Amino acid sequence: MQLDTIETGRLTISNVRKGLASGGSAVALAERHYTSIEEQNCSVNAWLALSRERAMAQAERVDRQFLSDSNAANTAGPLAGVPIGIKDVLIMQGAPTTAASKILEGYQPPPPYDATVVARLEAAGAVLLGKLNCDEFAMGSSNENSAYGPVKNPRRLEHVPGGSSGGSAAAVAAGMCVTSLGSDTGGSIRQPASFCGVVGVLPTYSRVSRYGLIAFASSLDRVGPFGRNVRDAATMLGVIAGHDPLDATSSTRPVPNYVAELEASSTRPPGELRLGVPPEYFGEGLDPEVREAVETAIRKLGEKGCVIKPISLKHTRYAIPVYYVIATAEASANLARFDGVRYGYRAPDATTLSEMYRRTRDHGFGAEVKRRIMLGTYVLSAGYYDAYYKKAQQVRRLITQDFLDAFNEVDAIITPTAPTPAFLLGEKSDDPMAMYLADIYTVTANLAGISGISVPVGKSKADLPIGLQILGKHFDESTVFRVAQMVEDLQ
Amino acid sequence: MSENSKNKTGVDVAEVRRVAELANLELTQYEETAMQRDLSVILDHIAQLNELDTSNVAPMAQVSEVLDKSGQLAVTALREDVLRPSLDRKPVMEQAPETDGVFFKVPKVIER
Repeated sequence: MQLDTIETGRLTISNVRKGLASGGSAVALAERHYTSIEEQNCSVNAWLALSRERAMAQAERVDRQFLSDSNAANTAGPLAGVPIGIKDVLIMQGAPTTAASKILEGYQPPPPYDATVVARLEAAGAVLLGKLNCDEFAMGSSNENSAYGPVKNPRRLEHVPGGSSGGSAAAVAAGMCVTSLGSDTGGSIRQPASFCGVVGVLPTYSRVSRYGLIAFASSLDRVGPFGRNVRDAATMLGVIAGHDPLDATSSTRPVPNYVAELEASSTRPPGELRLGVPPEYFGEGLDPEVREAVETAIRKLGEKGCVIKPISLKHTRYAIPVYYVIATAEASANLARFDGVRYGYRAPDATTLSEMYRRTRDHGFGAEVKRRIMLGTYVLSAGYYDAYYKKAQQVRRLITQDFLDAFNEVDAIITPTAPTPAFLLGEKSDDPMAMYLADIYTVTANLAGISGISVPVGKSKADLPIGLQILGKHFDESTVFRVAQMVEDLQ
Repeated sequence: MSENSKNKTGVDVAEVRRVAELANLELTQYEETAMQRDLSVILDHIAQLNELDTSNVAPMAQVSEVLDKSGQLAVTALREDVLRPSLDRKPVMEQAPETDGVFFKVPKVIER
């Protein structure tokens, strides 16, 4: 296979591997991606910083390995030579880490500090191209909250790419990297994957290390991959998943070989899969074209032999209020560390310490981050704790129990990923509540800790991608990938 | 949501200022007004939770407690308490806005 004959927007991990095995160059491949970034980033704005030196050193190592070892196609790491982008909420040497915030402008993590997921990708052979734009501190559903300007949807530039991992989705969709990493606290991987027409995975809570992830809401935050197809996403998750002694919340459960299980499952009968369809995710507010696309896919899965069962997730309508209490409460504590003392921006001319804290935070944080810090501080403040925070935690249990009950009857649940295709830039930016409702189908999985994925399921008449969400049991990513592959094969 | 419009959760400017102080934020007058409006709308939406009787529901703080109960979580409690190397001081201090190389420097703390 000739690596340089495939457009960067169509490359997959297995293309890269075959290409390198037949004489292709990882250095040339990385250069082609940097050219693609140079050509497109002025319009898409997906990248905040490039780590060219680190990337090229790694690409050269990969090329040397393939030159010196005739068996490299079998011995090289699973991501050898694959150009990958990293959401700018993950710590990575070789480029600044800003969380798309002014308060961390120019912050260079002290060496050798790398997020565990970043180190694992590189150890598997990945070529890390740079850092991807996102909503500030991962707070947003449209990428309009970045201090460095919004990302544009590469499918249609006047539309948002989704958020918060908008850069991660857009860069894969536009052929500026083959796969990428994002983070998902309430839908921030799945919703942009849906808007940009790529695959995005929410791994089970505790499945992937968060060491080196800038914390937003610690009981909800996950790190997960984007890819152009289900198999690439499964390969990526296999590399980053697994216990990390540096993250006390990471699970020690063994990591299955997701790709091998995906291959093995393709010969198993679809009739053994019971797929749940909850009416609560198909109600008022769902765009008719999204409904049509998702219902068509469900019907076809049924025709293939899957058992389709209606199930009820009856507390779904409370998920957004629960989420915005819990996520903001945790964020208000996590973001207290940004105070102008140890790193990042400090407001000039303050004469006292408390003045310095306040001005630094007021100048350094954007409007949405301040709004969430304020809301989180409010719900945790004296007199309101029981009414808001404790209440939200109680309803969180009800939402989680709905899923546990449903998973006694079905193996996976199918819903739309988002109520609409990508909306227009500016369409919701003045209305925080309307923006929050863009996450209505995705926040539930974060609250319950379960696994999920968004997989493309066609396009609207306006040529905007539509995503289908599959939710799976805790630690049952293999079934999620299996169903996602079936959906992908329908397209 | 219509039944909630009866009991609007209004937030006044004094409350916005009190919370801003707790959060170590110094808001401009414009920001205070916007915050008062936005927090009121969001809290009003959150008030839907009061439709549910949760008097017999235990709060859920972490996913791990649910996984523990179903025997699904394999987390080896905490690591052993042994010394390990940490980051070097020099590259850490290089990121500080103001430092003498050993300590972080800040404006005066005692306001008198």
